[in-house]
Amino acid sequence: MRKAYYTVEERELTQAMKPPAHTKGPARWIKDNLFNTWYNVLLSCLALICIFFISKALLTWAFTEAKWGVIPANLQLFGVGAYPREQIWRVWSVIYILCVLVGLSAGMWGGLVFRFAVVLGGVWFIGALLPFELSTRGWFLGAVAITAAALFLGRGRTALRPWILGGWLLSFPLIMIVLRGFGENSVLTSNWGGLLLTLILAVVGIVVSFPLGVFLALCRQSNLPAIRWVSTAYIEMVRGVPLITILFMGNILIPIFMPGLDINQVLRMGLAITFFSAAYMAENVRGGLQGIPRGQHEAAQAIGLNYVQTMLFIVLPQALRSVIPAIVGQFIALFKDTSLVAIIGLIDLLGVARSVIANPDWFGLQAEVYLFAAIIYFVFSYSMSYGSQEIETALGVGEH
Amino acid sequence: MRKLLFRVSAFVLAIALVVPLLAEGEESILDKVKNRGRLICGVNKELPGFGFLGQTGEWKGFDVDYGRAIAAAVLGDPNKVEFRPLKAAERFPALQTGEIDVLIRNTTWTLTRDTDLGADFCPPTFYDGQGFMLRKELGITSLEELAGATVGVTAGSTTELNLADTTRALGIEVEPVVFEETETLYQSYDQGRCDVVTSDKSQLISRRQSLKNPDDHIILDVTISKEPLGPVTVHGDNKWNDVVSWVVYATFAAEEHGITQANVSTFKTENPEIKRFLGLDGSGGMGEKLGLSKDWARQVIAAVGNYGEIFDRNLTPLGLPRGVNKPWTQGGLLYAMPFR
Repeated sequence: MRKAYYTVEERELTQAMKPPAHTKGPARWIKDNLFNTWYNVLLSCLALICIFFISKALLTWAFTEAKWGVIPANLQLFGVGAYPREQIWRVWSVIYILCVLVGLSAGMWGGLVFRFAVVLGGVWFIGALLPFELSTRGWFLGAVAITAAALFLGRGRTALRPWILGGWLLSFPLIMIVLRGFGENSVLTSNWGGLLLTLILAVVGIVVSFPLGVFLALCRQSNLPAIRWVSTAYIEMVRGVPLITILFMGNILIPIFMPGLDINQVLRMGLAITFFSAAYMAENVRGGLQGIPRGQHEAAQAIGLNYVQTMLFIVLPQALRSVIPAIVGQFIALFKDTSLVAIIGLIDLLGVARSVIANPDWFGLQAEVYLFAAIIYFVFSYSMSYGSQEIETALGVGEH
Repeated sequence: MRKLLFRVSAFVLAIALVVPLLAEGEESILDKVKNRGRLICGVNKELPGFGFLGQTGEWKGFDVDYGRAIAAAVLGDPNKVEFRPLKAAERFPALQTGEIDVLIRNTTWTLTRDTDLGADFCPPTFYDGQGFMLRKELGITSLEELAGATVGVTAGSTTELNLADTTRALGIEVEPVVFEETETLYQSYDQGRCDVVTSDKSQLISRRQSLKNPDDHIILDVTISKEPLGPVTVHGDNKWNDVVSWVVYATFAAEEHGITQANVSTFKTENPEIKRFLGLDGSGGMGEKLGLSKDWARQVIAAVGNYGEIFDRNLTPLGLPRGVNKPWTQGGLLYAMPFR
């Protein structure tokens, strides 16, 4: 029971007291958690010895044996693969388009988006400081300037938010057109490669598979048997087959069944990845939908909302919020799964790594090359994971 | 609903019937390539010396150069070629479905492939064979002495089958150690996890360079298989197969006659065969008969050089000797049919 007022003595008592010495701090924490019992002492010592030897071997290799020269020499190859160097401005244009959008969004929304824009600007700035060719550094510097300018322009203009959302939507076809080009100078998709291709496949996969997955999940919950069955059959069929099989099917069977119809390989792989991911996404979303109490539907009906309105404004916002971790997990899995296209023959980040190893100049350096590729995959995957945690905190998931 | 379903299925059936009919209109790949203005060539993207991406993203390698040569002959521009990296498993389907015009991906000419897989082979551009590499200190000089040795080999390759055949024929037992990846095979061998490694000799020679102490290893002087590697076209398109075959012969003939990338534009001769070959005689020359321009052979040589130059550019840096891949006049196997 709370009192309305406290006496002076009581108030002094309730004031925070410093903890007694040696009950806080890292030293105390180590003592309490790692060396509190004899078996914990033993385990901790064993673990420390293991860590010591592994990191010693790793660091010795990294600093004395490893030939890291292969990485800077092939950095552009890792970035864009076989993309013609004289048309590299196309890639930069795409980056600039994204910089404008990120900058404007950061200015209008602030918060997490703002921090993302700052980090992005920082990455470009570091790129400009690194000893690349002068033109590359110029492009990097341009990206910093554009991000900053867009951020400044967008500051506080909350009224323009719907326009920016439309801009993001439009940016997808625009980016594809800029990357592809027209006529004589167009860049064939078979030349798209490296991190560029990995990101294109991942982003297209994520952006398309998400609404598709939501749609499939809703269909699976539908009262109409035909729709429910088709959706269930699709989801179960796709989930019953490994992704690599679907990729092989897309690559070999589509041309056999549809001769003359020349769908390029990148598009085929993009479609395969998207349709595969959508099935998993649907199951994640269904988990969220099932967590919404029946009362929510009934309440929505009671105030006169139709099916679409109920789903859009009442059910989906709650359902999706509760399954953010699962959805982001799926996104990360999709991002890493794009590396399977290297097995089909596309030259994504991993494909470039394999090609670099085959270059007689860099024989026997697969440890360095694969480690570098792994670090890139980690940076992107971890960024997604971190972003999802931030969104969860912002939305208060798990608190109510 | 039922009516709609009926209509949809009728439509689908109609399309299924019509599409093959449309595809019937037999058009040679040669015309397709000319109309498209671009050759599509299936290659390997990770085979040292034969096909890989160079530092600036340009395709490099022996097989890649042959792709450029064909583009030069047909379209007059070695850069009008799109390279499609292919895995071993998908190279033949890609050829059959017309996704690629020509397959130049270290493909061995065998009877089964020539018949069952719907492929037509062009003259081999590289004669390879399976060999063995081992440590000098073992003191082994013949296959019989390999009994009991652990032999590293890549999984699912003809190499693995050839090894089994050979050891069975010799009546010796070896212990195969199978690896998924070529890179892992050689690294494991270098670390001493197998005594011997077996693969195509070209690969053994080039990979020996990357071992820690190349001089500690020897390659046995035996070859247990024939691996003739060359371009492949789809079965039944004779016109196109002729074009690719004669582009290969053109590189052989140029070396025989001493025509190089540097001197092709100024090459002076009174030899009627060379004149016919280079399209320097009065008529339409040999190109007309192939459906190509008169100066097609000159275009090929100006683009990639003669066979020796292609070899020197791509394979000599790997330490590969010419071996049997020499003109027949020097005791090799390269023999261009007469340009007449």
